Amino acid sequence: MTVRTRVWALHLAVLAALALAPLVLPPYHVTNLARIMVLAVFAMGYNIAFGYTGLLSLGHALLLAAGMYATGLLVTLAGWTAGPALIAGLAAGAGIALLVGLLALRTTGAAFMIVTLMFAQAGYLAVLYFGDLTRGDEGFNLARDARALFGLDLVADTTRYGAALALFAAGLLGCLVLVRSRTGRVLVAVRENAERTRMLGYDPFRARLLALTLSGLYAGGAGAAYALLFGYVGGTFAGVQYSVLPLLWVLLGGAGTVLGPLVGTLVMFYLVDIAGSFTDATLLVVGAALILLVLFARAGLLGTLRDRWLPWLP
Amino acid sequence: MALGPFLLLATLEGLVSAAVLALTAVGLSLVFGVMRVVNVAHGEFFMLGAVVGWAVASLIPEAPALGFLAALAVSPLVAALVAIAVDRAILRRLDYTPEAVIVATIGVGYILQQGALSLYGPEARTVAAPFSFRVQFPWFGYSGYKLGVIAAAALVLAGVWALLARTRIGLVMRATQWDRETATAFGIDTDRIYALVFGLGAGLAAVAAVLVVPISQAHYLMGGDPLLLSFAVVIIGGLGSLRGTVVAALLIGLTDGIAGVFFAPTLGKILATLLVALVLVFRPQGLFGRRTA
Repeated sequence: MTVRTRVWALHLAVLAALALAPLVLPPYHVTNLARIMVLAVFAMGYNIAFGYTGLLSLGHALLLAAGMYATGLLVTLAGWTAGPALIAGLAAGAGIALLVGLLALRTTGAAFMIVTLMFAQAGYLAVLYFGDLTRGDEGFNLARDARALFGLDLVADTTRYGAALALFAAGLLGCLVLVRSRTGRVLVAVRENAERTRMLGYDPFRARLLALTLSGLYAGGAGAAYALLFGYVGGTFAGVQYSVLPLLWVLLGGAGTVLGPLVGTLVMFYLVDIAGSFTDATLLVVGAALILLVLFARAGLLGTLRDRWLPWLP
Repeated sequence: MALGPFLLLATLEGLVSAAVLALTAVGLSLVFGVMRVVNVAHGEFFMLGAVVGWAVASLIPEAPALGFLAALAVSPLVAALVAIAVDRAILRRLDYTPEAVIVATIGVGYILQQGALSLYGPEARTVAAPFSFRVQFPWFGYSGYKLGVIAAAALVLAGVWALLARTRIGLVMRATQWDRETATAFGIDTDRIYALVFGLGAGLAAVAAVLVVPISQAHYLMGGDPLLLSFAVVIIGGLGSLRGTVVAALLIGLTDGIAGVFFAPTLGKILATLLVALVLVFRPQGLFGRRTA
C-alpha cells in the first residue's frame, strides 16, 4: 500500500467505526460519543493552530463561545432557523479569530498566550455583562422546535448522532487535506523555524493568521453545533477552563496528528467520567494529567505511536 | 456626601487594593525577571496563602491578634515550601522551557484549587482583623486596619527592595537574572537561586493574601482575579522591572478603586482587560520598561 492509500484507509476506517458505534453501544455512551465528536472538532481546530503551526493560545474559549452564542442568540432572540444560525456560528468563530489574530499575532511565545488569555477573559466578562441577553453563567436553553436542520430533528438520539458525525467527518477530512497540502507544509515550517520559512519566501504572519482563522472556524462550528445538538448555551463555555481543555486534549492525543484530538478528547472524557464515580476531585485529574503529559509524554499518545512505529501517520 | 470626600474615600480604597496588588505582582515579577517563566499558578498561591492563613488563625480563636500574626508568619512559609517543591519536582525537570512551564503551572493551579476545595471546602470564610479602630475623618470613619494594610505592604516592599539591592543573596539573584551561565561559572548555585526565587514569589503572594483576608474572605476560587490583575501590573510595569511593577500597581489599584465608584465593575474590568492586552500587543516592553532586545 502506498502511504496515501494507507492514510486515507485509516481515517475512513475511523469514520466508519464511529458510524457503526451506535449499533453496538448502549444509549448512554452514544450520547457521550456525540458530545465527544463535537468537542473533538473544537480540539481539531485547536490542533491546527497549536499542533501544526505552533501557536499556543490560551483563549480558544472565546472562539467556541463566539460560535455558540452567535447561533444560540440568533435562534432564541431573532428567531433564525438552525441552518443560517449554524453558518452565522461558523462565521462568528472565524471572524473573531481573524480579529484576535490581527492583534495578538504581533506577539509570540508567552506574550501571545497572555494576550489571548486576556481577550478570552474580556469575552467571558462580556457574557456576564450582557446578562440580560445571555443569562450569564446560568445560560439558556434553545427551544425544542428550533433544533431541526433540513427537516431533521436534532433532539432525537439517532439524528443528533448523525449530525455530530457529519460535522466531525467534515472537520477530520478537511484537516487531513489541509495538513497534506502545500499550505499545511508551510504551517509546519512556520512552527519549526519561522525565520527560515520567511527566508524561503513565505510570510509567517499570513500563515499564522490563516491557521488561527481556520482554527476559529472549527471552534465556531463546534460551539454552534453544541448549541443546536444539546440545546444549551452557557457562560462556562466562555470561561478559562474551556481554553485549557482543548490544549489538554490535544497534548494527550498528540499535537500535530490528525486523529490526536479525537483520541485525546475521548480518553480525557472517559478518564474524568470514571474518576467522577470514585471522587469529586475532577480538577485534580485534569491538573495531574497536564503535569504528567508535559513532564513525560510531550508527544502525546499518537505522537509517541508515530515516533516509535508509524512514521507515516499524518 | 460631596464629591471631594467621595473621591478621598475612593482613593483610600484604591490605595488598599494597590498595596495588596503590588505585593502579589512583585512576586510574579520577581519570578519572571529572574527565571524568565510565567507562573500561571501564582493566583492559586495567593489563594493558598489565604486559606492556610484562615486555618492557622482559627487554631487560636481566643486571641485574634495573635492568631493573625501567626497566620502572617506561617502561611507565607507554607506557600513558599509548596512552591519550592513544585520547582524541584516539575519546573527544573522541564528545564524552564517557557511554554512547558505555563502548561505545567496551569496543572499545579488546578491541583491547588482542588486541594483547597477538598480540604477547606467551598465556603468563604474570614479572619478577624488584629485591631479594629476607626480613623475618623470629618465626613466619614475609615477602617484603621485598611490603613494598616497599606503600611504593612509598603514595609514588605521596602524589605524586598533592600533584599535585592543591599544583601549578598540579592546580588546573587540579580547576577542570575543578568546572565545565568556566567553566574554558574562564578560558582553560584543557580538551581538553588531559582528555587529560592520561586518560593519567595509565592510567599509574597501569600503575605498579600493574609493581609486581605480580614477585609474580604478566603475562598478556593479567589485566585483568578489577583492572577489577571498581577499579569496586568507586570505587563504595564514592564516584565521583570520591580520599580515599574510598583508604579503600575498604584496606577491600576487607584484606577480600579476610583473607577469602581463611578462605573459598573464588570464593564470596568472588560475595558481594563482589553487595555492591558493592547499594551502588550503594541508596547511589549511595558509603559515604563526599556526595550532590551
